[in-house]
Amino acid sequence: MFATYRRGLFILAFLAAPVTLYLVYVISPYLQAFYIALTDWRGVNATPAFIGFDNFIRLFADGVFWKAVTHNAALLVLLPLLTIVIALFFAFLLNVGREGQGVGGVAGSSFYRVVFFFPQVLAVTVLAVLFQQVFRPDDSGMLNAPLMALGMGPIGFLSDPDVAFWSVLGVMVWQAVGFYVVLFSAGLASIPRDMFEAARIDGAGRFSLFFRVTLPLLWDTVQVAWVYLGILALDVFAIVWVMTDQHGGPDFSTTVMATEIYRNAFQYFRFGYASALGVVMFFFTIGFAILSLRLSRRERIEY
Amino acid sequence: MENTPQITRRGLLRAAALAPMAGALAACATPQAQAPTSSAAPAATSAANPFGVDAKKPLEVWIFDGGFGDAYATDIHQPLFKTKYPDVAIKHSATKEITKVLQPRFAGGNPPDVIDNSGANALDMGALAQDGQLQDLGPLLDAPSWDDPNVKVRDTLDPAVVDFGTLDGTFLSVGYVNYIHGIWYSQKAFRDNGWAVPKTWDEFLALCETIKKSGKMAPFTYAGKHPQYLYEPLLTMAAKIGGNEILVDIDNLEDGAWTAEPVLRSAEAWAEVGAKYMMEGTAGLDHVQTQTAQNKYQVAMLPSGSWLENEQKTTTPDDFEYGMFPIPDVTASDKLPYGTLHTRPGETFIVPSRGANPQGGVEYLRAMLSKKAAGDFSELVRTVSVVKGAGEGRDLTPGARSATEALAAAGANTVHFRWRSWYAQLHDEAVAATGRLMSGGATAKEFVDRLQKKADELKADSSIKKYRR
Repeated sequence: MFATYRRGLFILAFLAAPVTLYLVYVISPYLQAFYIALTDWRGVNATPAFIGFDNFIRLFADGVFWKAVTHNAALLVLLPLLTIVIALFFAFLLNVGREGQGVGGVAGSSFYRVVFFFPQVLAVTVLAVLFQQVFRPDDSGMLNAPLMALGMGPIGFLSDPDVAFWSVLGVMVWQAVGFYVVLFSAGLASIPRDMFEAARIDGAGRFSLFFRVTLPLLWDTVQVAWVYLGILALDVFAIVWVMTDQHGGPDFSTTVMATEIYRNAFQYFRFGYASALGVVMFFFTIGFAILSLRLSRRERIEY
Repeated sequence: MENTPQITRRGLLRAAALAPMAGALAACATPQAQAPTSSAAPAATSAANPFGVDAKKPLEVWIFDGGFGDAYATDIHQPLFKTKYPDVAIKHSATKEITKVLQPRFAGGNPPDVIDNSGANALDMGALAQDGQLQDLGPLLDAPSWDDPNVKVRDTLDPAVVDFGTLDGTFLSVGYVNYIHGIWYSQKAFRDNGWAVPKTWDEFLALCETIKKSGKMAPFTYAGKHPQYLYEPLLTMAAKIGGNEILVDIDNLEDGAWTAEPVLRSAEAWAEVGAKYMMEGTAGLDHVQTQTAQNKYQVAMLPSGSWLENEQKTTTPDDFEYGMFPIPDVTASDKLPYGTLHTRPGETFIVPSRGANPQGGVEYLRAMLSKKAAGDFSELVRTVSVVKGAGEGRDLTPGARSATEALAAAGANTVHFRWRSWYAQLHDEAVAATGRLMSGGATAKEFVDRLQKKADELKADSSIKKYRR
């Protein structure tokens, strides 16, 4: 009796520190944000006034915030879709794409495997500054220089409000693909080789090998990737804040929820209102998590 | 198990469990009402020591480390202060991130004594003022000046300083630099090509046409990534056409202030420049890139302020000779005459009211506003200060001289606006709308309507504090 009690106490003692840390630095700020959202706190004063749901009412009329929400929604659909398609394609080629006999990657696959992972190694801020130069709208821009040499006008990748969002999406996909190539490669490695070999012997080409064998067996991994990328799409901040003109511009054409929260808190000094935006974002994220958990319940394939 | 030294283990675990609890007390995001730190009562005041500075109390100074650096504080201001108070230990710090570093200190009730609240990440003056965090600097204006006990500080300053530093009737901040806005060019390039400074808008457009046809460089550019560089001349022009009240109305969020005819006329004029005479790629370049293009003689003119020459000192060719001209006459019946300038005191210094040594902070500002400090400053950072006559007899660079002469020629015809710092949301909207206007994505009419809509929204929003001038 006493021994089990002591054992429980022992475990409790070990858990106390991490749980306390979690409560203090994660849960309690969350709860405080819910409270701050109901005040008019401006960040420097010690006694914010309680104003009920005013911030939430105001938020519904905030055109820029809803614009940001639509951008997050577009990213939520497009970022996973593009990244997964490209990463699957690369992973397939790197692992089972070889023409002819045997199962293996295309020529030079071990080299490409490393190259694809490069973008993942760079810090997001570095990436953002790098792409500002890549997208420069004059003849020092990596993309515009060849275009201008061909006699075409420069494209305002970041300065044209109709193009800027796609530039952001492009950079995010570019950066994410490498990691998912590795993830899918690992998934492929866990599929028994003889399945591919059997399919090959039965005369499957690369196309049917991918759609009939690889994709169904990788489905679990793809779902995980989808959830990760969905979260990435919802909490994107640094790349937009650092890379785009006017932090989410031009003309708010690339802004997302997180940048609007930051702008309201640290530029307009409306911490109460920014917390209200944060609370809304919290519910969007929770909603996405619940939805994706529901949808991804599916029987596993046992080999 | 029995051999384990239990007390030590338990003690360790207890300590481990308690450590984060200690952190917990500090990790509160919600502000706590604190007993105000009672700033020690001032020492006895005298004519030489008008604020009652304690000669032994340390002083903490934070400088915004931007275009002017912070050497002017450590090499000019602080040694001068020390000549009078040798026993005051000055703790000097500099940062580019004023808000991130100092906002927690305000919220925690222990702000420093002097802050150069400048840069893109400056603290919000409205929020600070609303909470009574700022020392009333009114007594500074009426105190005897550092140089001459018979002259009040107020009389040594450009009058715009008092207007700009006043929020809700209290004088709370001192702008130290006199920013003079205009259209900047290379005197050498103009001389070599036989181009003349335009006095009217028609002459300006003709000049743009000449430069464009010459094929030597593009006529005009602005910091396309930061369109506030362009809404500045746009509004100065509107004020020139319609008078100073145009800007006062905009500041006061009056109905129809943005849709007024002069603003529309000015927006049309600049949209035409945007459509015809802009350097290629302008919309995607920032101020450094466009200014560097000008230094390379790739573009003739750009709108900027008197900080430009210092900002560009490393890329400017030696014989470039910066020059500045005011907004040309638009119509024959402009309300304000040729030479009207937009001037704006910048590098805003504040003294927190809940710091440890606010008296020392105010005295530091008084030292800064001496003729010697301001003159040395002007020379060091190549700019114009707000202290009258501080630039006299100094060896000024061509750009600073051009700006100083323009200021003298403008006389009383200077205009300014304050909504940019009062209503940050309106600033962001104006930035977005100006970018659209200049790249042809919106007409002048859409531009003014959009800003009027935003101004009306702000006016109707009870959570946003309103100011008037």
